[in-house]
Amino acid sequence: MIHFVVHDENDSVGVVVVEGVKAGQKLTGWIMDQDKDIEVSARSDIPIGHKLAIRGLAKDATVIKYGTDIGRVVAPIAVGEHAHVHNIKTKRW
Amino acid sequence: MDLGKATFWGYKRENGRIGVRNHVVILPVDDLSNAACLAVESAIKGTMAIPHPYGRLQFGADLDLHFRTLIGTGSNPNVAAVVVIGIEEGWTKKVVDGIKATGKPVVGFGIEQHGDHDTIMRASKAAKEYVQWASEKRREERPLKDLWVSTKCGESDTTSGCGSNPTVGNAFDKLYPHGVTLAFGETTELTGGEHLVAARCRNDEVRKKFQFVFDRYQAVIEAHKTSDLSDSQPTKGNIEGGLTTIEEKALGNIQKIGRKCVVDGVLDKAESPTGPGLWFMDSSSAAAEMVTLVAAAGYTVHFFPTGQGNVIGNPILPVIKLCANPRTVRTMSEHIDVDVSGLLRKEMSPDEAGDKLLECMFKTANGRLTSAEALGHREFVLTRLYESA
Repeated sequence: MIHFVVHDENDSVGVVVVEGVKAGQKLTGWIMDQDKDIEVSARSDIPIGHKLAIRGLAKDATVIKYGTDIGRVVAPIAVGEHAHVHNIKTKRW
Repeated sequence: MDLGKATFWGYKRENGRIGVRNHVVILPVDDLSNAACLAVESAIKGTMAIPHPYGRLQFGADLDLHFRTLIGTGSNPNVAAVVVIGIEEGWTKKVVDGIKATGKPVVGFGIEQHGDHDTIMRASKAAKEYVQWASEKRREERPLKDLWVSTKCGESDTTSGCGSNPTVGNAFDKLYPHGVTLAFGETTELTGGEHLVAARCRNDEVRKKFQFVFDRYQAVIEAHKTSDLSDSQPTKGNIEGGLTTIEEKALGNIQKIGRKCVVDGVLDKAESPTGPGLWFMDSSSAAAEMVTLVAAAGYTVHFFPTGQGNVIGNPILPVIKLCANPRTVRTMSEHIDVDVSGLLRKEMSPDEAGDKLLECMFKTANGRLTSAEALGHREFVLTRLYESA
């Protein structure tokens, strides 16, 4: 079962595509561009559509999604942790 | 799907454009005329009023846009005939003359010196004649390239960038080589990915024009913003759905132009394209505003990928809703025309999803009502540039 998808293997984050992901759950991710699978354990409950970090991200690091810069980290994010507006902000506005 | 010899059944208008609907529209120039327009719609079955709140004391570029949008709406090939009502004759005539250039039946009535009742009577007589005339129109078989297809995503979430937007991109890549006229827009929503769109522009002239409108819209944001726009752009719904930054939203948004389409030109708001290809229209990212603008530019079918479940339609432009979010497809099924959630379960390939969307496009073009049409969603929202005088 695919729990989350990743666009490109160099991305920092993946997107949860099923409902009910709970902290501690072992998740299978599909890396779409390279058609590969990865495994990550959820560190938080993550709602459908929300992101989890697939690499550890330090404060002020750049978040990569679609192989591109999509924002900056404002609080450290561990692998499998919920990645969203509480720890990532825009660089543009 | 072999699109090489594909055809659809459409209405040939006087100016040669092909429509996929046959509306008789009762069009108010201004907010004062809404009541009379609605009364005519009620009196004459099969007509459709398009009420709106503006048209008074606008000036400059904002006024030009107002006229361009109203005239464009009446001129769209999905419209067979138009009855225009305004508070006074002068601006009413301006809208009528603009629509008359297409050759379709159009007439206008001013309320001053007549009153609502006399205006409703005169306008109803014209509307009845038009609706009976329009009811005799027949569709004829037309080549695919007579279709003009626009796209805008709405209430996006992360499944938009993963699934529904790339599906539009796949469909656009398939339509583009056949001479179809395409459009995308949502200027601020490219923020973070504008360099990717610039790279897709056909030449320096197009690139320069694109950069100009992009920078112009950024200046509006910078001049008025009081925060990082979180909750506005991205919207609260986007954020609820998992989108975090405008850059992330932009990268998802841009999936809609596929990998092969070239950006052939840049349009101002509600400006009509002058040839086939993919056109970028400077436009709001607010769904109904943008769809209203492309309808005014003459587009006849619209692809609307949604994540969280945007429900808007348009009075004259059939809006096809596609969605890759399994929760939305389940909880808001009445709004969704094309379910591509299988993409995220690897049950469907991107090509299969693109073909599914194109199948729906042909059905819609040939007359099948979209969910938005069947549900009565006819959002008509005028874009304003600044305050009225």
